[in-house]
Amino acid sequence: MLVDFFFHLKRAGLPVSITEYLSLLRTLQSNLADSQLDNFYLLARTALVKDESRYDLFDRAFGSYFDGVETLFAEEMHTLPEDWLRKQVELLLSDEEKSKIEGIEDWEKLMNTLAERLREQQERHEGGNKWIGTGGTSPFGAYGYNPNGVRVGGQATHSSAVKVWEKRMFRNLDSDVELGTRNIKMALRRLRLFAREGTPDQLDLDDTIASTARNAGWLDIKMRPEKRNRIKVLLFLDVGGSMDPHVKICEELFSAARTEFKNLEYFYFHNFVYESVWKDNRRRHGERISTREIMRTYGRDYKIIFVGDATMSPYEITYPGGSIEHFNEEPGALWINRLLRTFPSAVWLNPVRERDWEFTPSIRITQELLDERMYPLTLKGLDESVKMLKKTRIIQPLETPVS
Amino acid sequence: MTTTKFSGTDRYVADEELMMAVNAAVTLERPLLIKGEPGTGKTQLAAEVARALNKPLLEWHIKSTTKARQGLYEYDAVARLRDSQLGEDRVKDIGNYINPGKLWEAFESARQPVLLIDEIDKADIEFPNDLLQELDRMEFFVYETQQSVRAEHRPIIIITSNNEKELPDAFLRRCFFHYIRFPSREIMARIVEVHYPGLKKSLLNEALNVFFDVREVRGLKKKPSTSELLDWIKLLLADEIPEDTLRDKDGKKLMPIMHGALLKNEQDVHLFEQLVFLNKRNAR
Repeated sequence: MLVDFFFHLKRAGLPVSITEYLSLLRTLQSNLADSQLDNFYLLARTALVKDESRYDLFDRAFGSYFDGVETLFAEEMHTLPEDWLRKQVELLLSDEEKSKIEGIEDWEKLMNTLAERLREQQERHEGGNKWIGTGGTSPFGAYGYNPNGVRVGGQATHSSAVKVWEKRMFRNLDSDVELGTRNIKMALRRLRLFAREGTPDQLDLDDTIASTARNAGWLDIKMRPEKRNRIKVLLFLDVGGSMDPHVKICEELFSAARTEFKNLEYFYFHNFVYESVWKDNRRRHGERISTREIMRTYGRDYKIIFVGDATMSPYEITYPGGSIEHFNEEPGALWINRLLRTFPSAVWLNPVRERDWEFTPSIRITQELLDERMYPLTLKGLDESVKMLKKTRIIQPLETPVS
Repeated sequence: MTTTKFSGTDRYVADEELMMAVNAAVTLERPLLIKGEPGTGKTQLAAEVARALNKPLLEWHIKSTTKARQGLYEYDAVARLRDSQLGEDRVKDIGNYINPGKLWEAFESARQPVLLIDEIDKADIEFPNDLLQELDRMEFFVYETQQSVRAEHRPIIIITSNNEKELPDAFLRRCFFHYIRFPSREIMARIVEVHYPGLKKSLLNEALNVFFDVREVRGLKKKPSTSELLDWIKLLLADEIPEDTLRDKDGKKLMPIMHGALLKNEQDVHLFEQLVFLNKRNAR
């Protein structure tokens, strides 16, 4: 009877194996569950799910299989409105500030539409039962997955994002899509840079022989540290909005990079880098890391890889206040310049097809900012970017620190 | 065969979920992998399981240089080479130079032990893979002496991880897994009660209020955890601070007293000061 359940979980996308299934059966035999659904839930989770990031997936799969356990999700459900409300306050605030800037005509029009929409949205919300999205789909789907964000004014031509309305619960990039990552791993492997580091724990045979001979045959052991991959990488990933169609390939890249580099730090941004980025998508509004801190913390020998489609409205790069999520005091272009001056070895990987680049102004701008170091996220592009990263020599000491 | 079930101890509060996970692992003799926020008692768990079930405890703390082999045994070839030059007798028996590791000790233990493998993610990526066979079959082979070591009683293995590295799938398949959530207010009250029995209800309440308020502050670099709360309460008790000082929410006092026990980073303290200042202004 549980075989069905097993396959149900597999269909839901949980990587469950037969070994794990058998051990679940054995736990049940041992009578730990006392034939109670709650206990069974706990046991099944302990035996089948091996990563807390999949707890949520398991909860949903479990719920849809066994009726009447929806209460399990209650906790998650009421975390959403808080987020929503905060966003509204945030919008109102930045709105006032934004109207102060004498902007481009389009810009103001845009902000007006925003304000209008906001009022509308609030009313509906107050009277409300459901969260509203365009085309009648609820932006917060049954269990917190949001298929479709509200876009303002229907200006989403050329996928230049105009304000995305509500906070999306971006999925943290799942890092273990093993399938298809092998190629990427092979490409990344070229970035390896071996050096001896750490505690001397390997016998250096040549040196030992030489030294023993010098010692007139009295043994003199020489040790040396093991060779390690010394490459250090900072990975900046664009999440959400126009990146959605590229999630799969980004996951593959991320998964490969995670296993390949020991010194890998990753950060998320939305569309473009500004004064702060974040590490955990679920807590992106609270726990941000300032870009300055990153520049302070990591050494110049770190290589940076941006991954993003660089597809947005050009304001988002060149104007203060252009960010679609918050009010940025300094334009994104300034921030990326600072990053590039701190970390000279950098590339931008773009999942958009290379031949489409010239039609999107923001890609051209980004390409320029990066000194033509943008590569398509294909195997060939990856190869070229790896070559570029290896080529960039870091000249010490650095010029005056970036202000 | 285990007859007793783990249900926490007099100084360790385990919730329903954790008990179930531990009991499942103990019954099925599977390694139990524990993850969770810092300060949720991951490492403590093994000691308490050992105490509750009255079993010996072996601890194997992993560092970045730890190799899987070291858990089995180490052959000290260098010492043997030196001894051979000095012409010592013990050099003839290679067994003299085999130093058993923690796993070996656990396998040989006369009673079923609890083995803690602490912070497995600190080690090399290959580390868990190198232990697959040993954890599965609970036996291994010593090449130097041609002997095979087999567990008399399959040890209860508790493994902790801080998520610094991904663990390989093959390894995960062989483990049970539990993620310790940060304790809820009720559980936290019980935890404090266990450590400071007879604490005044009102003081406990106020202290928990402040503690969870501080944890709510957005953008803290390091959120205070259980151990910090316990330290803090200890300080409050030591100085016999009346609970109404804590209740002082009108912002007259800039910081919760003895905040050094809760906030461990000058940026956090600074952030907190700003927030308190803002609150004060708003209250006016």
